[in-house]
Amino acid sequence: MDAILNFIKQPWPWYIAGPLIGLTVPVLLLIGNKSFGISSSLRHICAACMPAKIPFFQYNWKKETWNLFFVAGITVGGFIASFLLANPLPINLNPQTVADLQQLGVKDFSHFLPQDIFSFENLLSLKGLFFFVIGGFLVGFGTRYAGGCTSGHAIMGLSNLQWPSLVATISFMLGGFIMTWFLLPLIFSLF
Amino acid sequence: MTNDILEQEEFKAELEAIEFEPQNEQHSGESFKANIKYLIIGVLFGIVFVKAEIVSWFRIQEMFRLQSFHMYGVIGSAVIVGVISVWLIKRFNIKTITGENVIFHSKTFNKGQIIGGLLFGLGWALTGACPGPLFAQIGSGFLVIIITLLSAIAGTWVYGLLRDKLPH
Repeated sequence: MDAILNFIKQPWPWYIAGPLIGLTVPVLLLIGNKSFGISSSLRHICAACMPAKIPFFQYNWKKETWNLFFVAGITVGGFIASFLLANPLPINLNPQTVADLQQLGVKDFSHFLPQDIFSFENLLSLKGLFFFVIGGFLVGFGTRYAGGCTSGHAIMGLSNLQWPSLVATISFMLGGFIMTWFLLPLIFSLF
Repeated sequence: MTNDILEQEEFKAELEAIEFEPQNEQHSGESFKANIKYLIIGVLFGIVFVKAEIVSWFRIQEMFRLQSFHMYGVIGSAVIVGVISVWLIKRFNIKTITGENVIFHSKTFNKGQIIGGLLFGLGWALTGACPGPLFAQIGSGFLVIIITLLSAIAGTWVYGLLRDKLPH
């Protein structure tokens, strides 16, 4: 039993995690005719909590309650994995990534997120403005504008061979490259 | 003038076509209790996100800096399994557990996939998270990400508000 637990506690390689994520597509389709997609949950929250007579939020969100259960489950799963099945060792990052980020000004590499950026103390600072407020806003605004996120387009859409999803996926990656290579150095130079 | 009106109407029809993205195609209603199964799938999914370190801001940086194959392997193998599964469901006309035909949605192209996609990409590299991992990060104890999630909800809301004025 301990051997199994120790095995699970190790970081999972891509060839285990990827296929498991891919299997979510048929599992959701076959147990309830549901299309995999996570960013829609944000829309359902808007529709349920503050529709404000905006047409985009006038629909039967109750029919999509399953999606809210799904993301609640992801939160619980995150808790279980981080507190009961955690890998005791630090993340094994490419030393070049560590060096590049150190050069930018990132100091902490001990958790999933750099604590010198993602902490409550930074909430009202310029760091907080960029990484929480603007970053989060771009994720919510961009995914809905694009009609989906990594799950809805890159995984569900591509699985169904939808070319607009390929366009979306390429755009996601391009946006990420632009931020990482060109904008992050500018943003970090502000702190 | 009439052309303008026609164009406007066409634009409206196009918008309406992408207005609703129903994800739930099950005909028979599901009770509150039935939703528990989606909670359980979500739990397993969240565990995978954390154990494969997809929730790590650093892993996303590695991906965008082309310094690790990990994330490309995760997404690539997920898509391969997804493509095969969808093909099998279509080829053998596999039904849902309640005996319904599985419904697939075609995506219609609009400029939003490019503009919105780029904007999301910028946010992805900043936050180190797409919407799924945001939830898993909060569950992992990074409570400050609740603020990021609230910003993301606000972003979705503002999109809904401005939608008619944005190019699609």
